[in-house]
This record gives sequence, structure tokens and C-alpha cells, in this order.
Amino acid sequence: MAKKKTLKNDDIDEKKRLELYNSQYLIRVAEQRAYDLFLENLVKGTSHLSLGQEAIAAGFATAMQENDKSFCTYRGHAHTLARGASVVGVLGELMQRDCGLMRGKGGSMHLTDTSKGVMGSYAIIGAHLPMAVGSAWRAQYMGHDDVATVFFGDGTTNIGAFHEALNYAVVYKLPVVFVCENNNYMEYTPIESITAVKNPAADRASAYGLDSIIIDGNDADEVYRTAQVAYSKARSGEGPSLIECKTYRQSGHSRADPGAYRPDGELDHWKKNNDPITRYRSRLIEFGVKQKIIDGIEENVKRVVDEATEEAKSSPVPPEEILTTNVYANGGWAWRN
Amino acid sequence: MAQLTYREAVAAGIAQEMERDETVAFIGEDVARAGGVFKATVGLFDKFGPKRVIDTPISEQAILGAAMGAAMTGMRPIAEIMFSDFLAVCWDFVANEMSKSRYMSDGQLKCPLVVRTGNGGGSRFGAQHSQSIENWAMAIPGIKVVAPSTPADVKGLLAASVRDEDPVIFFEHKSLYAIKGEVPEGEHVDTLGTAKVVRPGKDATIVALALMVPRAIQAADKLMTDHGIDVEVVDIRTLVPLDMKTISSSVAKTGRLFTVEENPRLCGWGAEIVSIVVDELFWDLDGPAVRITTPHIPLPAADNLEDITIPSVDRIYSKILDVLR
Repeated sequence: MAKKKTLKNDDIDEKKRLELYNSQYLIRVAEQRAYDLFLENLVKGTSHLSLGQEAIAAGFATAMQENDKSFCTYRGHAHTLARGASVVGVLGELMQRDCGLMRGKGGSMHLTDTSKGVMGSYAIIGAHLPMAVGSAWRAQYMGHDDVATVFFGDGTTNIGAFHEALNYAVVYKLPVVFVCENNNYMEYTPIESITAVKNPAADRASAYGLDSIIIDGNDADEVYRTAQVAYSKARSGEGPSLIECKTYRQSGHSRADPGAYRPDGELDHWKKNNDPITRYRSRLIEFGVKQKIIDGIEENVKRVVDEATEEAKSSPVPPEEILTTNVYANGGWAWRN
Repeated sequence: MAQLTYREAVAAGIAQEMERDETVAFIGEDVARAGGVFKATVGLFDKFGPKRVIDTPISEQAILGAAMGAAMTGMRPIAEIMFSDFLAVCWDFVANEMSKSRYMSDGQLKCPLVVRTGNGGGSRFGAQHSQSIENWAMAIPGIKVVAPSTPADVKGLLAASVRDEDPVIFFEHKSLYAIKGEVPEGEHVDTLGTAKVVRPGKDATIVALALMVPRAIQAADKLMTDHGIDVEVVDIRTLVPLDMKTISSSVAKTGRLFTVEENPRLCGWGAEIVSIVVDELFWDLDGPAVRITTPHIPLPAADNLEDITIPSVDRIYSKILDVLR
């Protein structure tokens, strides 16, 4: 009997695939722009890029529903953009301008856009895991159907809050998804050299009665599919998931890091053979998406980022009168009468 | 008026707010089925059930993080950290997270929650279960700091803390749990940021907090009886917001300021109050502003040693007498 030829991975429709590509490409271009703006001394302070890790942010955000909540680390630009936050707002915050998402009061490491479900980016390793657990507790308590997703690096798996949060989430069966972006390096140190187990997140899962889930974090389709399973589990009251996404950070840890600790050839190998954008572009073509459509997405993204860059550059610095606003809920900072 | 103990007032305050507002829930170690190690939350589990009164693992970071994540997204949680000393293991959530998220997000994030904790010495528990750490909390912008001295204030200020839109660290004094006092019947809600003159006087002002308040009152009574010195005692009640108006008007009247603090000497809250008074009321002072504090040592366990460490009625009495004579 003649078999109809089918392609592997044909469970995701073209519309969704283009969405996934658009999201990844936007993150790529915006992060590269952030780096360029840093070289121009227009991005101040520090910044932690997700170049090479775009598929994780795109895959999860695309699988989320609108009321879902994201909790990010200081490497949070990608996850903030993936939820649909304004590019001007993100670049403006990196440039510490008045048009920034938080008007320059938070900076690169604390991107927040609650209107898009981005409940903050946190720069103390591990702190946001229990917060995501708390958001999930509220959802369960109030009968809401949203799920909290918390993104963190491989280094986070060695801090106490990671373990407290996992135990707590499992005990109360909370709708939270823990996503470890294992990019091989805890800042400058190879993660395997300072971790008791090979897979820093997945090998700990069994300690909390969770499945060990390891996925190719540079394949947006695989990320998207895994996210859908985790969200459906969480929404049906079956509790949390812990997902370890294998990926590679193509940029330094932060803007000050040239990545000199990488073995020769490692970065080139990942860029050439396992770049999420290149891989996804090939897949689109494999599935018959016309080059014209791909070009259209890329041109549009570049235009959006260019326009956002210009708008952010022309935005004023924040006015001094906001220095003392929003310390307390009454809008001010008064600690005495 | 009903007679309640300080610990009963805790449960009464929580119950009042939980009855009023479905979004108030209470979490902590041994707080539900056991009613708390200090028995301050007895009856809440039976009344409100396991959904709203929750026993947690010994995971202080998870407790404060969970409270914060819930508060950010629509609840008004109350979290207990059993001994205030334990706040050191989850201080990140106090010092970096709940206090700063509103500012860093320029008002996008909110954090209406209460962290209740057993504070202070007198129980012979030694250096890791006896500290008074309200001054640590006072040093952080973005949170409010409450420490009541009477059952009525416990209930009223706890209710006000739950209703407040900001994160509140609520210090209950372990050595006061057994005291009894009148608590208004029916709904009782006080106001944060208000100090109280709890003993009027004209010759000197003592500013005190928590366990130091009843000790200051006793010392003042003795100074009156023995020497006719009429001392006014101000109970600060909330360190943040700080009611300087009440403190300043008392000092302006008496011309003398003493602070009685249980926290160790360096950077105690009294130092801040003295510095404000010296800045703003220097010409009203008739003599030095004096701090009576715990010495700058870890707290000892032995009862005789602990008793001479924390300011006592006798020490307050003698110090004031020395300075005024």
C-alpha cells in the first residue's frame, strides 16, 4: 500500500509557525540592537542578552493564554518581548529613558509589564520562583484559570529558593511551570563543574516527585509542544512541571563579559549548527513557506525595531520629580509626618 | 469592651479581617492545626478551614515569596515567620523584593501583605530566638513597620495592616503574648503611623516600643512616687510611618528625651529619633537626649544575664534619675 508522504513535526499549523518565527526573530533583532546601543554607550548599566536562547521565550509565550503570568530573571528582555511588550518600552528602559516600561526606575534587569502578564524580572537569583508559586496559589485559591511560568538559568538550580519553591508547588499542586534555560554556563563557570548532577534541573525533578523533562531548547516547535502539555496539566489541576531546556548563550553573561572562558570553537559550533533562528527558518522552508513570507516577517521586525530605536533615542531622560514617586502605595515616599 | 490576651488579640484581628475579606488567607509553619507555636492563631483553622489557614513546610523563602506572588496578583495574604530571627533566612524578600517591586516597576506591581513575626527577648531562648529586629526593617524604604504593645493595638493595628496597600512587617512581642487588656467589641481598626501618649507627664519624655512600653510606664510611675518626677511615655506603635508630630510635641513640652529600645545599640531606631529631635527641636531641649538600649552584644540565654541585658524597669528608672539630677 502506498503511504502518503508526511513530514515529521507537522502538528503545528503554518499560522502558529509564523508566529513562533516572528517572536524569535523579534527577540534576535532587539537583543542585537541592545548590544549595538551598548557599544554606542546608549544602554547604561548592565544588560543580559538572550541571543541564542530565543526559541524558549518564543515557544512558551506562544503557548500561553492572555491572562497567564510570566516571572523572569535579569535575563528577561526576551520573555518580556515575547509576551508582546512594546519594543519602545523595552529599549527605552534599557536606555533609561522616560519612555521605558518603568520610566528608567528599574532598568534592564527588572523589566515589568503587568498589562502583558509580565510580573517582573528579578535580579536576585531564585527569588522569583516562590513568587510564581504565590501567583499560582492565588489562581488556585480564587478559581482563576491562569498559569504562572517562571524562567531561570541553570545556576539557579543550586540556590535554596529553587528547592523550596518546587517542594511548595508540588505539595499544594499549584499551576506553575518551572522553566530552566540551561545555557551551559553559570555566569563564567561551566555549570557541570559546580553541580552534583549532569542535568541541573531535570535530575532534581525526582526529588519532588516530578517527571524529568529535558528538551531541545533551540527548537521552538519542541518548546511550544512541551509548554502546551505543561499548561494543560497545570490548568486541569494536575500541578506543576519542571522543564529543562538545553540551549546556548551566544552572548557574554552580561555586557561586560567577552566570554573568554569558552573553549575554542564552541561558540562557532553552536552558531553554525544549532542556532534557533537558522534552524527555524530552514524548517519553514521545509514545510513550504514561501521565502517572500519569511522575508516579509524579517523586514517588518527590522522596521519595528528601527522605529522603536529612534523613538527611544529621542525620548527624554526621566524627570527628576519621579525620583520619589511610587515608593509606597499612596504614590509617594513619606516615611514620617 | 472585652478582656483579651495579646495572643488572643492576634487571632481576633486575623479572624475579623478574614471574615470581612475573602482574599485574606493565612500561611505559616504550624499555624493552622497546631494554632501556632505561641498559640496566637488558635481557632482560625477550625473557623476558616484548610483553604484559608495553611500549614507550610519550613521554607521561609517560599512562605514570603508565595505571599508576595499572591499579593501581586490580587490576594491579601498574612504570612507568619515564627521567630523574627528567622527573617534572616528570607530577608531577600523583605529587603530586595516586597519593598522594591513597586518602585522598580514604577507603580505597576503592588504588594499588600502582612508578615507577622514573634519578636523580642525575655524567654531565655538565647541569641537566635530572642532578637528585636524591628530596626533592621526600619532601615528599608518601601515597607511599613508595626510593633504593638497592648491587646487592643494588636487587633486594631493588625486590621489596619491587612487593609494597607503596602507590605507591613508586624512585630509581635513574645513576652507580651500573655498580657491581658481591654479590646473594643465589634470591628476594631486602628491607624498606622500614629504614636500614642500612654502616660501624660511634664518633666521628661520617654519614647518606647512594644515590651519597653509597659516597662517605661512602670519606671515613670516609680519616678513620680519616689521623686515627684512626672514623665510622659509615648508608645511609637509604628516605626514606619513614624509619627514624629506626637513625639516632637511631647519633647517640646517636656524638654527632655529618653528612648528605650530593645534592639542592640548600633543603629537602633532610637538613634534616628534622637537625630531628628536634635535637628528639629534642639532649642527645645533642656539637656542631652539619651538612649537606653540593649548593649551591643548577642543575647545570652541565662535568665540572670538576659535580665541585665534588656532594659529593665530599674535600669530605665535609674538612668532617667541620673540624667535628670
